[in-house]
Amino acid sequence: MLSRIAEALFWIGRYVERADDTARILDVWIQRILEDPFVDESLACRSLLAVMGSEEPPDPATTGHVLERLAFKRDSPGSIAGALFAARENARGTRETISTELWECLNTTWNDLPAKRRAAERLGPHSFLSYVKERSAMVAGLAESTMSHDDGWRFLVLGRSLERIDMTTRLLSTRIVAGESAPSWRTLLRACGADESFLRTYRGAVDAEHVAEFLLLDRLFPRSVFHALTTAESCLSDLDPGLTRAGVGDPARRIIGRARTGLEYVDSGQLLDELPMQLAAIQEACHAAAGAVADRYFQYAAPVAWVHERA
Amino acid sequence: MPETRTAHSLLVADLFEDYQLGVAWDEMFERPGVPRPAYEAVFDVLQPLGSAELHYRAEQLGRMFTERGVTFAHAGEDRPFPLDLIPRLIAAREWDTVVRGVRQRVLALEAFLADIYGAGKVFADGVVPRRVIASSPEYRREAAGLIPPNGVRVHVAGVDLIRDEAGDFRVLEDNVRTPSGVSYVIENRRAMAQLFPGLFATAGVHRVDTYPERLLAALRASAPDGVRDPVVVVLTPGVYNAAYFEHALLARLMGVELVEGRDLVCSGNRVRMRTTQGERPVHVVYRRLDDDFLDPLHFRDDSVIGCPGILNAARAGRVTIANAVGNGAADDKLLYTYVPDLIRYYLAEEPVLASVETHRLEDPATLERVLDCLDTLVLKPVEGSGGKGIVIGPRASKPELEVLRAAIIADPRGWVAQRPVALSTVPTLIGDRIAPRHVDLRPFAVNDGNDVWVLPGGLTRVALPEGELVVNSSQGGGSKDTWILADPLERVDGAEEDEVAAQQPEPDARLVGHEQRQQSFAGQQQ
Repeated sequence: MLSRIAEALFWIGRYVERADDTARILDVWIQRILEDPFVDESLACRSLLAVMGSEEPPDPATTGHVLERLAFKRDSPGSIAGALFAARENARGTRETISTELWECLNTTWNDLPAKRRAAERLGPHSFLSYVKERSAMVAGLAESTMSHDDGWRFLVLGRSLERIDMTTRLLSTRIVAGESAPSWRTLLRACGADESFLRTYRGAVDAEHVAEFLLLDRLFPRSVFHALTTAESCLSDLDPGLTRAGVGDPARRIIGRARTGLEYVDSGQLLDELPMQLAAIQEACHAAAGAVADRYFQYAAPVAWVHERA
Repeated sequence: MPETRTAHSLLVADLFEDYQLGVAWDEMFERPGVPRPAYEAVFDVLQPLGSAELHYRAEQLGRMFTERGVTFAHAGEDRPFPLDLIPRLIAAREWDTVVRGVRQRVLALEAFLADIYGAGKVFADGVVPRRVIASSPEYRREAAGLIPPNGVRVHVAGVDLIRDEAGDFRVLEDNVRTPSGVSYVIENRRAMAQLFPGLFATAGVHRVDTYPERLLAALRASAPDGVRDPVVVVLTPGVYNAAYFEHALLARLMGVELVEGRDLVCSGNRVRMRTTQGERPVHVVYRRLDDDFLDPLHFRDDSVIGCPGILNAARAGRVTIANAVGNGAADDKLLYTYVPDLIRYYLAEEPVLASVETHRLEDPATLERVLDCLDTLVLKPVEGSGGKGIVIGPRASKPELEVLRAAIIADPRGWVAQRPVALSTVPTLIGDRIAPRHVDLRPFAVNDGNDVWVLPGGLTRVALPEGELVVNSSQGGGSKDTWILADPLERVDGAEEDEVAAQQPEPDARLVGHEQRQQSFAGQQQ
């Protein structure tokens, strides 16, 4: 597999997951702002933008600002439209590798976005956001069912898993950063698409401890941080199955493995107290792992300019 | 003209009613309302449709191409590649002539290239003056003496043909560098099969989807000596190239890597590609970029899309470059005037396909005659491609002709003059009516060293503005699906039936066992 192609697949995975997660978060956030008369809109919007790593918004911030920056802005990879554009451009450069159906799905999604945005301006953002969620699910499904589960597919899943870890930890950080205007734990669950699964597991007791435990540690829920770490780890070990007598040779796998172990053996009674520390550690691991993957697998030359020697 | 009407014309609905025949050869109609025999089946299917129905299908087609990414960039946005819905048909006997003519030309040009990059007998025997090649910017001294592994330099050729006023095929130009367009042949057919499934069943059309396997076989056959299982790659300039879609399609259909220059590394005269498993060897590079950009060590040193050192590796016999470096010396429009002589010289045969009458302007007497009647001729720059710089005398304005005259006097070697040919016409959907539009034909030939195979199909390009003669897609041209009809006597091999059968799966055959029970259960619930 060409390094350039591997990198593009990794980023398709990341961008689509980012669009999906951002859509889920926005959908829940905006509904909450609309429904709850006691929410300070500006404060809630500013805390969301801060957590998502967006620039300082004007004061007072409105849902309009949030939507523009996180949903519609085309030239920012942090927005849904920007992420889907970047995913489509990466797919365009790998058309001979990804399946035709996957390419067509990404291409059509991008082509349809302007119409969906216009619809959202009339009908509210939900239609736009749910379209993005549907198409992301379709991308995931097509990758699963129409691509060989070879190295290329592993890079795609690896990118998706790292992005998911990053987004879920960001979401949990809102509880710490936002203080009073923080969303309820219930809102966090819904933003991860985890509320129904949570309710069935814990029979309705929505308290801080259980929610944090579910989103961070659950072994079975696919959007939990632990689950995504495990998936990323297995992708990395499949990419480099070489066994060494002692330790693990691949730096990225070491980083992810340590993060996964740190979570797995955490004392769940102290989880809430340790939450800020844990979240910071995972985010850092995620960042370092992405760097290590790039160093190892995505090494190809930038174009070289040649100059002839002239007498 | 009521006396020319036949049973057919009485049935004509509005679709072909206003169709006007001109001086040019019309491929569909013999006389107004009377289709040629080859077109009868298509005529019968299309004629009752009505223009609203055709228009609807054209819109569907545009959407299909946009979704599939069969687009070209126009003014910053992706437009679907324009495919006209009315196919262009070529009967078996006519096609046989094309195949023999194209094969003959490719073989002659192969022999010529081997000669000019080798012994140069063609100069010594006085068939082509040495100065024609010596003054050609496309002759690459860097490739002199380079003998490719199986002797093939023209792995892929596209020979542009037109039909003149009498309906005879003539060669307009040869393309033996990196001819493009075959992806549209494949995509056009796929789209037409989806839009008009019934048509193929009756018509008996040769398939075009065998091209990628033929190409791959030819590329593998050209691998350096001693390589058992050669690694083939397609080298593209990148996603911003106008033909990127084609590069990706060919790589995908051949199942090989699509590489950019930065994916390749050349050291010790070996070419490798950078993969996640380290550097892997490459043996055959089907390159889709021009000589100028291929190797900054030898050619343009500001090229950032090439692979430095690849030509040296080819000279050392470690990698095969397809098509070979320096082929451009054989397909410019000045050399075109010598090709009939080359066919006689190398193959001892008469040309199967005629050329268009062309004047070289280096001879002062000819130059003078041509300058006197510029407004009756077509003037083409020798180096141009893609229809660039062509001046059609009868349509040019006075000032345009003056500019042209000055350009020719300044550089007679740079121009040729041709008789204007009225390209044949085919009915084409324009807005919501059918009108004649001029077309050409580019068949594709693949040379594997043993045989020159001509794809039974080809790219028919159509000039969409009324009366326009320049068909290149970069000049606003569209395309048509091109059907080569099978000889009725040979239609026993079942190949066409396969294609038809694939279109119509039996839906109920899949509902068995558990799934069927589920369905009937669901039925009871309602």
